[in-house]
Amino acid sequence: MSLFWTLFITFVPISLVTVGGGQTTIAAINRQVVDVHHWMTQAQFIDAFAITRMAPGPGSLLVTLIGWHVAGFWGAVATTLAMFGPPACLLFIIAYFWRRQKGAIWQLALEGGLRPVAAGMMAASVYVLVRALEGGWAAQAVALVSTALVMFTRLNALLLVLLGGVALILCQFAGVF
Amino acid sequence: MQSTALDNARPPTAWGLFLIFSRIGLTSFGGGLSGWLLREFVQDRHWMQEEAFLNGLAVSQALPGVNVTNMAIWIGFHLVGPRGAAAALAGIILPPAVLAVLLSVAFALLSGYPLVHIWLDGAAAAAIGLSLSMAIRAVRRVRRQVLPLFLVALVFVMIIVLHQSLVWVVVAVAPVSVALEYARLRMARKRA
Repeated sequence: MSLFWTLFITFVPISLVTVGGGQTTIAAINRQVVDVHHWMTQAQFIDAFAITRMAPGPGSLLVTLIGWHVAGFWGAVATTLAMFGPPACLLFIIAYFWRRQKGAIWQLALEGGLRPVAAGMMAASVYVLVRALEGGWAAQAVALVSTALVMFTRLNALLLVLLGGVALILCQFAGVF
Repeated sequence: MQSTALDNARPPTAWGLFLIFSRIGLTSFGGGLSGWLLREFVQDRHWMQEEAFLNGLAVSQALPGVNVTNMAIWIGFHLVGPRGAAAALAGIILPPAVLAVLLSVAFALLSGYPLVHIWLDGAAAAAIGLSLSMAIRAVRRVRRQVLPLFLVALVFVMIIVLHQSLVWVVVAVAPVSVALEYARLRMARKRA
């Protein structure tokens, strides 16, 4: 089986269970890429994650970087198509057949019912990321401070990520880890 | 403003949508994009009714996929039809994808310097902090009742402790959760 095809079919099922935002599937992507296919080391995965957080656009572009890392240009094309294509087709069909039925009960049920599932997936993804974090407790402290800053200030997300790097370098110079 | 008036007069084209969504894609960091889309398409340009926009938002959140790209397809389809949907989707994905790849190439070239690596680890830590705040918000939005909170915990345990694949977890838990919510809403509506 060609690598292009393997990359493609690895991400299609994940794309179809992305409920409640791209963040929810990071645990599954991490497992496929690092544990199942050994396409990246855990450290490389975390680096790619950091880069997509610095770059603008949807966070799910993480899979584009994975594809690029594994198989260059066509790898990036394969993973991007797999991650964005199937949900796009689904939405395309719904947009086509949509009739005005705002507040339909099935729609509310779908929204409310998926909420706990998305929350559980999101929590699992964060757990996986924190466990994979390099840089010891200094890095964990940076993560916690950044959580607090996001929740209690209006600090720009990009600035926050850039400053996180600076903070860890300062910790290094101060001999913290 | 005059430019806004001109934009209003001119109906959007597929190419125009591609450019608008490229700009939005290239200048969006983190989340909270739907508010911006509302301002762009409903409040400033008056190209969409607010109700159509909100319908799209509900569908985008309920269906699989990234909310922002779903929303791009919805708006593009609403304004220009299938070509508009394709143009909006390409606009929000392609330019940021190229930028992300260029960034990763730049970091790979610099990877010989240890400081770059530490910096990237720190950036990752801060980004994980961002994700943690989103996870906290997601958990907070769940109804504070035993059953929904149990489902949150169940999903977490299935993925982390039992190492079940995410696809299987969603296929098993999501229909149950949606069915329970449906039953609850039906009962609430009957009582009302």
